[in-house]
Amino acid sequence: MKAHRKQKLILIFAGVAVLALALSFIGIAMRNQINLYYSPTDIANGLASPGQTFRAGGLVVDGSVSRDEETLFAQFTVTDGGNELVMQYIGILPDLFREGQGIVAQGSLNGDGVFVADEVFAKHDENYLPPEVAESLKASGHDAYQNYDSGDYE
Amino acid sequence: MWQRFKVWFHKWGSPRWFVEIGPGWQNSLLVIGLVGIAVGSIWGLAFAPYDFHEQGNSARIIYFHVPSAIIAQSLYMGMAIMGIVFLVWKIKMTIVFARQIVLVGMLFSALALATGGIWGLPTWGTMGLITDPRIFSTAAMFFLYVGIWVLNMALDDVKVADKATAVLAIVGSVNLPIIKFSVEWFNSLHQTATFTLTEPPKMLPEMWLPLLINVLAFYCFAGGVVLARARFEALRRERKKSWAQERINQLIGQ
Repeated sequence: MKAHRKQKLILIFAGVAVLALALSFIGIAMRNQINLYYSPTDIANGLASPGQTFRAGGLVVDGSVSRDEETLFAQFTVTDGGNELVMQYIGILPDLFREGQGIVAQGSLNGDGVFVADEVFAKHDENYLPPEVAESLKASGHDAYQNYDSGDYE
Repeated sequence: MWQRFKVWFHKWGSPRWFVEIGPGWQNSLLVIGLVGIAVGSIWGLAFAPYDFHEQGNSARIIYFHVPSAIIAQSLYMGMAIMGIVFLVWKIKMTIVFARQIVLVGMLFSALALATGGIWGLPTWGTMGLITDPRIFSTAAMFFLYVGIWVLNMALDDVKVADKATAVLAIVGSVNLPIIKFSVEWFNSLHQTATFTLTEPPKMLPEMWLPLLINVLAFYCFAGGVVLARARFEALRRERKKSWAQERINQLIGQ
């Protein structure tokens, strides 16, 4: 390779490397702003203060969902494995909302440390499963599949 | 063998050779691509099982969303590599390819964002939050494509526009790892990768096989479109040479 080409190539890679370094500093410094939501542990560590609007997310704890008979009020607990957070929401929950599901909610903490949500979004993961496999998991007594009915999507 | 491959590879740097080999490459890629897209889409939409685990039939949009997102990113990477080769080695054809990628990559990233929104509505309960790291970085890639495209239209001087395209493509390529790892580095509404090189896919072959077909077919189709556009651009740039004159006269039937 000729010297002036080599020099140019090194310059380009150095430029990109510096840019990448600068961006990663910004990314690390602004990590909490870039994160779409706080986990219950973040909130337990005091990253969000009462009254401030932010998003919180986690897995809905099994058996924690209680709904009001008359209204659209629902209360449930989310967890990240370490800490838990109680959430309240009035409105229609997304179709994917169920126990064990990952969810993200937007709202704020009230004085009692309960998260009052204005909006609830459901996460889905990278596992895709055809009905036959789910049936066999249900038959073999796999906990997560006991509530499913194969008629749901037919 | 290696020597012959090297000679053949170097020929791609010659506008004359590229124009005169005819449309064989682009046409075969386009045909393979379109047939593949038809096979993968019909298989994926009509015959592959629905996702029972969470999403039901809405999961089928994966057969368009994932290929368009992969192709948009691959095209950007191709454009950046072409940009580096152009700036360092001054090979004319590289910037022709890079500049013809812009519009194609822009359309595929728009398709990725649109299918993502359509998918998000029934599953997440929102078309997407612009502050979500994955959506933000993908939108940034889309706007980088738009920016390069608009810049190319604004700059009349071809040499300046070539350099600007190469530089912007290289600078924007730092965004590619951010798109890829945004779902791992940050909390995001988006799922993590379905396909990885290190682990088997977390779905059954009857679900990922049509997806793989569509990914490969989208690659062929996008490659064919870029080659077709690049042939005209190469001819246009060389229009003052006598071989190109002959070729143009032949094309317009004189």
